[in-house]
Amino acid sequence: MIPEIGHFALILALFVALVQAIIPLVGAARDDRPWMDVARTAAFAQLLLVGLAFGALVWVHVTSDFSVLNVVQNSHTDKPMLYKITGVWGNHEGSMLLWVFILALYGAALALFGRNLPPALRARALAVQAMISVGFLVFILFTSNPFARIDPAPMNGNGLNPLLQDPGLAFHPPFLYLGYVGFSMAFSFAIAALIEGRVDAAWARWVRPWTLAAWSFLTLGIAMGSWWAYYTLGWGGWWYWDPTENASFMPWLAGTALLHSAVVVEKRDTLKAWTILLAIFAFSLSLLGTFIVRSGIVTSVHSFASDPTRGVFILGLLVLAVGGSLTLFAVRAPSLKGGGLFAPISREGSLLLNNVLMSTACGTVLLGTLYPLFADVLNLGKVSVGAPFFNAVFIPLMIPLIATMALGPMLSWKRGDLGGALGRLKLAFVAVLLAGCAAWLLAGGSAKPLQAAGGIALAAWLFIGTLVEWAERVRLFRVPLAEALRRAIHLPRAAYGMSITHAGLAVVVVGITGSACWTSEKITMMHPGETVALAGYQMTLNGVEDGVKGPNYTAARAHFTARENGRVIAEMYPEKRLYTMPPRPTTDAAIHTNFISDLYAVIGDPDGKGGYVVRLYHNTLVPWIFLGAVIMVLGGVVSLTDRRHRVGAPARKATSIASV
Amino acid sequence: MRRIAFLPVVLFVVLAGFFGYRLLLIQRGDSPSFIPSVMVNKPAPDFQLPPVFAGTPGFSSAAFKGRVTLVNFFASWCIPCRSEHALLSGLKGQGFQLVGVDYKDKPEAVKAWLAREGNPYDVLVADENGQTGINFGVYGVPESYLIDKQGRIRFKQTGPFTPEAIEKDLLPKVAELNK
Repeated sequence: MIPEIGHFALILALFVALVQAIIPLVGAARDDRPWMDVARTAAFAQLLLVGLAFGALVWVHVTSDFSVLNVVQNSHTDKPMLYKITGVWGNHEGSMLLWVFILALYGAALALFGRNLPPALRARALAVQAMISVGFLVFILFTSNPFARIDPAPMNGNGLNPLLQDPGLAFHPPFLYLGYVGFSMAFSFAIAALIEGRVDAAWARWVRPWTLAAWSFLTLGIAMGSWWAYYTLGWGGWWYWDPTENASFMPWLAGTALLHSAVVVEKRDTLKAWTILLAIFAFSLSLLGTFIVRSGIVTSVHSFASDPTRGVFILGLLVLAVGGSLTLFAVRAPSLKGGGLFAPISREGSLLLNNVLMSTACGTVLLGTLYPLFADVLNLGKVSVGAPFFNAVFIPLMIPLIATMALGPMLSWKRGDLGGALGRLKLAFVAVLLAGCAAWLLAGGSAKPLQAAGGIALAAWLFIGTLVEWAERVRLFRVPLAEALRRAIHLPRAAYGMSITHAGLAVVVVGITGSACWTSEKITMMHPGETVALAGYQMTLNGVEDGVKGPNYTAARAHFTARENGRVIAEMYPEKRLYTMPPRPTTDAAIHTNFISDLYAVIGDPDGKGGYVVRLYHNTLVPWIFLGAVIMVLGGVVSLTDRRHRVGAPARKATSIASV
Repeated sequence: MRRIAFLPVVLFVVLAGFFGYRLLLIQRGDSPSFIPSVMVNKPAPDFQLPPVFAGTPGFSSAAFKGRVTLVNFFASWCIPCRSEHALLSGLKGQGFQLVGVDYKDKPEAVKAWLAREGNPYDVLVADENGQTGINFGVYGVPESYLIDKQGRIRFKQTGPFTPEAIEKDLLPKVAELNK
């Protein structure tokens, strides 16, 4: 009964979405207020219906209703309750339902918080949201029905892929989707603006908080995915440039560019067409990611069971959404007249440079991800594009980007004073020299002293530059301390958000440099009782206990003792698990962190003569990557709480907004 | 500006064309993870292997001459081999000799396994240290190699045979080689 209610709710949601996609558009064209207001009601109704369907799917999973095919294929009675719930989106059908559920959440949020929007803009944006919703609901109902029954019902299910039975992975899809789908808001606003033929400062101010929220969620989702890869794949790495990872990274790059170009639209009323294009790109790349991951057109280490029929369907959706929006853009964009002019060296100029570099980086990742596909289709042979390509192209793009990140905020709008800005960054130059030299000396043991010094110096430049920029704003040491404090308190939260996020990126850069230059590893055969030395630590394998029982797996659990100069630092227990349903081995690395570096131990296969293959890593500064990502998310959240977003947008046409 | 504005949509159409064509290829059975074996159309490696059951004949690569042969690498410790095993029993009299190569296995284990599951092989030999398997390029059992009357590898099945693979890939190839 419950699955049928869920299924029925989805069908109803499709009809509501159809109404929401058509009536408000007609209403906006005819300037008919009641027709426009249908959008709000429909958005709430959609949330209710899709929420009901999602709740029904959670219910059948939690109660292990094996008459539902989706539960049989992905669940098992022995599975811990946590994974019964997260298993709902650990499969294709359920994850698509989560996708539309989040879409409905954003739609309802726009209906709720968008009361001060011009009614026509709101009606059109909600109608575009509903069109996306229609596409995905049709897709679910016709190709991926999560409520399909199976008769006769089996006694038990097939279980969930053990790789997904992990807290890091269990919770990262919802955050990723909150990010991907969140970009649909900017997309809907962009399409609405193109239909209206008007983009102005007020428009940018409405778009920014939604983009910022989506960006924060996506940052967190990517960081969680990376963290998961770090501790479960067992190779000590945290980013593999895998198509699935790239699929989430491309919208992030486009979204980051969008956040920055929307500032220019808001403050200076220019770069309009470009901003609209980025809004379309950010969401299109989210859709593209969905397509790449689910159609099986590229090979990836972790992806959904791919199905070409679904691939054709998603490609159809992609062509409609992306092709349609880009065509609309091509027709309407030339009429969007830019307002303010600016000199190349100015705040706008630096933000434009950011945009160019970010977009190039995004295009590079897209090319690298799809190159194997192009080569295959053009009969150039089977190739795979790996980390060397991405590192060789991506890093040179990021260096000038980060170098201007410290400088850009110091420049004034319209026409900046480069000499003055560089002069004020004296302290940052000193920091660069000190950090670079320190890293060079410390890198004595590293094979890459130049990269180490360069990376750390870049991070120091960004971090100190960001601090200097903040100090300049509050006029620290130039006015009495009490006055500086008053200024610090009254500084807008958006300014703090920017500073925190930029500083967070500096922390990430330190982490990436550390992991690239100072990591040491040892892959060797060890017998119980043996000790190996690694980066100044002594790792002793005390023994391996076989047949350790977990709720739905048995494991071989090794016991390592890590010592530094004979003093015990940590007891570590890496496991090699064999899940029972479905039978599949996984590794569970043991990680001991002191927040500067990680000791990382993995137990491998026995050699049959009492020895075991072990992989030991000393990952320097890797925790900073995740710490930095969390700081960046925090910056996004702080910026979201800015007063401007809460009191609402100014009246349209009020474009002369005091510059912050 | 007016013309440049069309650039994104034009690029996207090209991209969508690639996607569509790739999907078409997948539907025709060419998956992106499919890697063609470098051994196909090359002479099978030379080898001489002892029988599993004492008293039965062994097998050497010289015996490929004049007959179509399917060499099936399997092992008693291999779970997917079990599902394939039942299908192999139905292949008698289809125009080729079936040579089983027991790969990296213990003689007692495989004897017990065959006693339980049945023995579909015309000739059964043991590759205890896996050397012959390495020469063939085996990277996981089960794998099967179809060899023509001149001793050339003509087709490789990676992973267990399925009923569809036997119908669509193996038997048509066998018929072709027997012409």
